[in-house]
Amino acid sequence: MKYLSEYRDAQLVRAVMDEISRTIHQPWVIMEICGGQTHSIMKYGLEQLLPADVELVHGPGCPVCVTSLEMIDKALAIASLPNVIFTSYGDMLRVPGSSGDLFSVRATGGDVRVVYSSLDAIKIAQENPDKQVVFFAIGFETTAPANAMSVIQAHNLGLENFSLLVSHVRVPPAMHAILGSPSSRVQGFLAAGHVCSVMGFWEYPSIAEKYNVPITITGFEPLDIAQGILLTIRQLENGSHAVENAYARVVTFDGNRPAQKTIRQVFEDCAQAWRGIGMIPLSGWRLKDEFSNYDATNRFQVQSIKPSESQLCIAGQILQGLKKPVNCPAYATQCTPEHPLGATMVSSEGACAAYYRYGRSQ
Amino acid sequence: MCLAVPGKIVEIYETNGLLMGKIDFGGVTREVCLSYVPEAKVGDYTIIHVGFALNLIDEQEAMETLALLDEISKQDIEE
Amino acid sequence: MTDPLPTIEGLVCPVPLPHNERIVLGHGSGGRMSFDLITKIFTSSFDNPILKQGDDGGVLSISTGDQAASQRVAISTDSHVVTPLFFPGGDIGKLAVCGTVNDVAMMGGNPLYLTTGFILEEGLDLEILRKVIESMRSSAVEAKVQVIAGDTKVVQKGKADGLYINTTGLGLIPDGVNISGHNARPGDVVILSGTIGDHGIAVLAARGELDFEAQLESDVAPLNNLVRAMLDVSKAIHVLRDPTRGGLATSLNEIALQSGVGINIYENAIPVKPAVAAACEMLGFDPLYVANEGKLIAIVANEVAEQILSTLKVHPLGQEAAIIGKITEHAGDHVTLKTTFGTTRMVDMLSGEMLPRIC
Repeated sequence: MKYLSEYRDAQLVRAVMDEISRTIHQPWVIMEICGGQTHSIMKYGLEQLLPADVELVHGPGCPVCVTSLEMIDKALAIASLPNVIFTSYGDMLRVPGSSGDLFSVRATGGDVRVVYSSLDAIKIAQENPDKQVVFFAIGFETTAPANAMSVIQAHNLGLENFSLLVSHVRVPPAMHAILGSPSSRVQGFLAAGHVCSVMGFWEYPSIAEKYNVPITITGFEPLDIAQGILLTIRQLENGSHAVENAYARVVTFDGNRPAQKTIRQVFEDCAQAWRGIGMIPLSGWRLKDEFSNYDATNRFQVQSIKPSESQLCIAGQILQGLKKPVNCPAYATQCTPEHPLGATMVSSEGACAAYYRYGRSQ
Repeated sequence: MCLAVPGKIVEIYETNGLLMGKIDFGGVTREVCLSYVPEAKVGDYTIIHVGFALNLIDEQEAMETLALLDEISKQDIEE
Repeated sequence: MTDPLPTIEGLVCPVPLPHNERIVLGHGSGGRMSFDLITKIFTSSFDNPILKQGDDGGVLSISTGDQAASQRVAISTDSHVVTPLFFPGGDIGKLAVCGTVNDVAMMGGNPLYLTTGFILEEGLDLEILRKVIESMRSSAVEAKVQVIAGDTKVVQKGKADGLYINTTGLGLIPDGVNISGHNARPGDVVILSGTIGDHGIAVLAARGELDFEAQLESDVAPLNNLVRAMLDVSKAIHVLRDPTRGGLATSLNEIALQSGVGINIYENAIPVKPAVAAACEMLGFDPLYVANEGKLIAIVANEVAEQILSTLKVHPLGQEAAIIGKITEHAGDHVTLKTTFGTTRMVDMLSGEMLPRIC
């Protein structure tokens, strides 16, 4: 397929990896922010091609993993209500809340449906005027354009039976939180290419400057990741800390302006709780007041929920790059994809699930 | 985060006031929303996430990057 | 499955409980959850030496009268549930015949007879039933099996998805044939009879829920004629398995577990149609886990691998057959994949239901 197979060329990838070996002279710790990149690295075994001096740590960029437990519990409660069709991206169905997951809600009679796009949820609302259709609007800056458009569309179509359960997170505040932590080990960043395709990377030079870290906007194919690591290592070896774009075929400095405009029209900044990490100021988006009638938390009175998290799970430390999945005592023993203790074992992007799936024999 | 895949625009039309299009992913097609890439033309490649085109793919940039990496691979052989 | 159930008493996280207490869709996905359900609920209750083999069907010996010799018989049963009932390349009737014929064939059995049970939903259009039965008839002719007994039940509207079909098949195992999931030996070669994922993606597209179109047909087909052609060439076929639900990855894991061996497969040797690859990219699936209904895995002695491969390649159902890996001595029952980059990673069983992912 065009724009995929070129970036999976084994010879080119190995050549770039060799160049990394020639460039590096001391150990460096680089974080790939995005779980999609973690997934690619494990799936293609790219770590095996890297010199030992490159240590990759895995960041919090998995929306399924970081959606707060309280929000999952709210989703479970709303999805259990009669007369509700609860729609969600497929990834969220297996994420454990305090008392089960969306699959178990379905097993007890809830109408939970997987959709590919928020616009599919709009279609379901149009086709089921006597039901309340709720869409679980989770994600980073990448799903925000789609989620925002569903609100605009519901508004334009006069749909009164459609609402969103919003739990949006943003990458730059998380980068601040990770780098600002005294225990941070991260010396360079591979920034999330698809987030940047929407938002551009104008927010990043100030981060690179403030914390003295090079940042490389990086794509998701093996060659993209190899190139992202090479550019970051070059900067680290030179002592520079600029923002570079290794995903220029998709990402521009400004990003997608029409998408940003629609996001701003519908959402506003808010503090957001990240599962396993905690509250990060201004790291989320919520619906603006003028769209509050599309807010599922206003429409459905869900009793106050006291979320309870596994005490064994170290997902928070993993998501901050402080520990790796294999450092967790529950990893692959009490915690497996069939019986996850934390969301990082659920999502195919979660670091624990990626390790479990692709790397257990090593 | 965010599984986004490249595809080719094979049709552009409007539904309920939204700019929509049919995308060919290589033997598999799906309708996606093109509202955020109003400049899109049939034949353009775009990157799709949750049923929305996030951006058009810049062929010039793609070729330049590949040429650059190709240079590295030639160095590799010479050494 | 050798791991005990994780003990989680005392933990705050109550996650694993619901899945233990109720059936969820993942239990029917053919992956690890199905495997756990079978081993923990079914085989423990019906424990006997034949069932314990854990193969696609049971193999038993029936003594033939006063002769000393006994005849080995393979029996397998399968219930068929599919939405939609008709899809490109097949329908529930063809699936019901082929699925059971193939399970008998995977034991080395030569399928002769089928029985069938129908659960019909009140209100089902008779014309639909006629079409399904006609499809079963023509598939039975193709597979050279006879349907010799049957049963029909009707349930209230809303209690079934149109119709469900169970079939049970019986076949005779020729002398000298010894095929089981336990027989893979280090040094053996893994052959795959063709492209993977065609059925799963074709049905998913036909279902329409994810609103995509694919130019694909299900591969559903009876494989017994193909198996017979292979056995005519050599009896050194150790394992046969049709990688249905759970896909190639799950079947290989089951074999590794049964035989106590490692399996190493090569990514660039596994045939995948471009449309299947494209659908998997779009939905975030891995073709290794997508269902097939007309493909087989053969694990054979190294010496006969090329011969069997060429036999497959001249058969209409095996034209894209390929050697995709080998059996290793790895003690950990692991399936590993050598990527196109020369790196090695693990290939696990399917976990739960396959879900389209956004991330």
